[in-house]
Amino acid sequence: MEDSGNSELYKTVDHLFRQESGKMVSVLIRLFGFPNIEQAEDIVQDTLLKALEVWKWGKIPDNPQAWLYSAAKNKAIDVLRRQKLKHKIDSDISYLLKSEYTLVPALNEMFTENEMKDSQLRMMFACCHPSFTQEAQVTLILKTLCGLGSKEIAAAFLSNEETIQKRFYRIKEKIKEENISLDYPGADAMIQRSDAVLKTLYLLFNEGYSSSQPEKLIREDLCEEAMRLCILLTENPKTNLPQTNALLALMCYQVSRFNTRLDDKGLIVLLKDQDRRQWNLSAIAKGNEYLDKSAFGEAFHDFHAEAVIASQHANAETYEKTDWKLILDMYNALLSRHNNPMVAVNRAVVLGEVEGYDKAIAELEKLSGLSENFYYNASLAEMYMRAGKHGKARMIYGKALSLTASIAEIELIRRKINACTT
Amino acid sequence: MEKFMYLFRGGDNHAYNAKDSESAKKNMQAWMTWMGGLQQKGILVSGEPLQPTGKQVNGTKKLVTDGPFVEAKEMVSGFLIINAKDINEAVEISKGCPIFVENGMLEVRPVQKMEM
Repeated sequence: MEDSGNSELYKTVDHLFRQESGKMVSVLIRLFGFPNIEQAEDIVQDTLLKALEVWKWGKIPDNPQAWLYSAAKNKAIDVLRRQKLKHKIDSDISYLLKSEYTLVPALNEMFTENEMKDSQLRMMFACCHPSFTQEAQVTLILKTLCGLGSKEIAAAFLSNEETIQKRFYRIKEKIKEENISLDYPGADAMIQRSDAVLKTLYLLFNEGYSSSQPEKLIREDLCEEAMRLCILLTENPKTNLPQTNALLALMCYQVSRFNTRLDDKGLIVLLKDQDRRQWNLSAIAKGNEYLDKSAFGEAFHDFHAEAVIASQHANAETYEKTDWKLILDMYNALLSRHNNPMVAVNRAVVLGEVEGYDKAIAELEKLSGLSENFYYNASLAEMYMRAGKHGKARMIYGKALSLTASIAEIELIRRKINACTT
Repeated sequence: MEKFMYLFRGGDNHAYNAKDSESAKKNMQAWMTWMGGLQQKGILVSGEPLQPTGKQVNGTKKLVTDGPFVEAKEMVSGFLIINAKDINEAVEISKGCPIFVENGMLEVRPVQKMEM
């Protein structure tokens, strides 16, 4: 009886805890300074444990957020008063923490909604400091802003806990060595850093969206977190850039298809075969809204091109009625900026819809260095299939099959091979 | 630069003695803004508010008594150490202090340099 009550409690608080811990960790790191990241995390852990302990015996308070903030605040005050921090406090508000005249009011202020948002923004910028590798940036965001533990991060990266812990160790060393703080970068570095933040959120989202991640819950959480942080960026004039809105539009379009990309057996359903009636219309409407908002200023960012592509898919009535010509233009724009082989593959496939599959095959076969790439071979085989050359398609599908370990992808290709008639 | 002490007395709306929480909040905010400003200008050295209670230790016999028992208006309620060019500047700076809103009093005292 009591056990079932508790498991109900855990379920209820799990999501709340994850969301709130990211916010609280950001605030505490802002208070204590980046090098004291562990103390910030410890306080949040203690707070969550205490909440479970207290809530177990009664009911969850009406305003659980406020309860958590107040508990975390008191623990933080305690740590600050006893000066128990490992590293000297060096933050933009450290001076307010030195005197009792200002300590408690400063903490009250830091836990207001606006300041909590500001702390998360600062945290995003700090996590995307150019001294960190791309991988470290995503990891750090997951750990601090998204409230994931090493185990969950390892699952998200399809890695193991030990690797992730080692990565944190190096990150912590870097923070100390380079004296990385939560101060906003100067005006000249701001745009650059904003782009780094967006790129990292993009990766975070893709990590969740990618079908290589076996756990559905992790996938949804990662996408949701990436979107939450992106929305936070749009709420601040400093970071509400055209490309921020374009990225958010892209994410909205992608999640609108979240549930149709896999069938009930967990197998991949390609865009062409998805049931468009099941797409989430409100997500598409949101996407359209953000895409509109992204159309200001001179700059045409990569995310603009990607969002326009996604919007064409999301808003097309059928696969055949998709505006392939416009999509091709966008791929041409992307390709003219980056010589990215994956973009080239996608472009060739779209070219197939515009100018015929033989043209696509010719384009794909011109690309070099991709012969051992799963996606390349699967796309090439698909073009042969659509061009009616089933024998050739079957052969190349066979090659693709040998290049992936993903069960979902293997199953997809098997079905394709079975569909080849000759 | 010379060091000065601000000695606060009274102030019936002092942060922790405040009668209602709304005005207490406002009051704390005022102190935070003022002290934050001093800090940013490099004026503030340190400072703390004091409770209206304590002990007194007296004379060669180190006699301990409860105290200080003076009127609330006379009670030292806190202190700040600040940097200023001279006493006139220290006095000018002090005029921004929220203690006056609370009808309190502030004493400006130069730090005594001990000469050899």
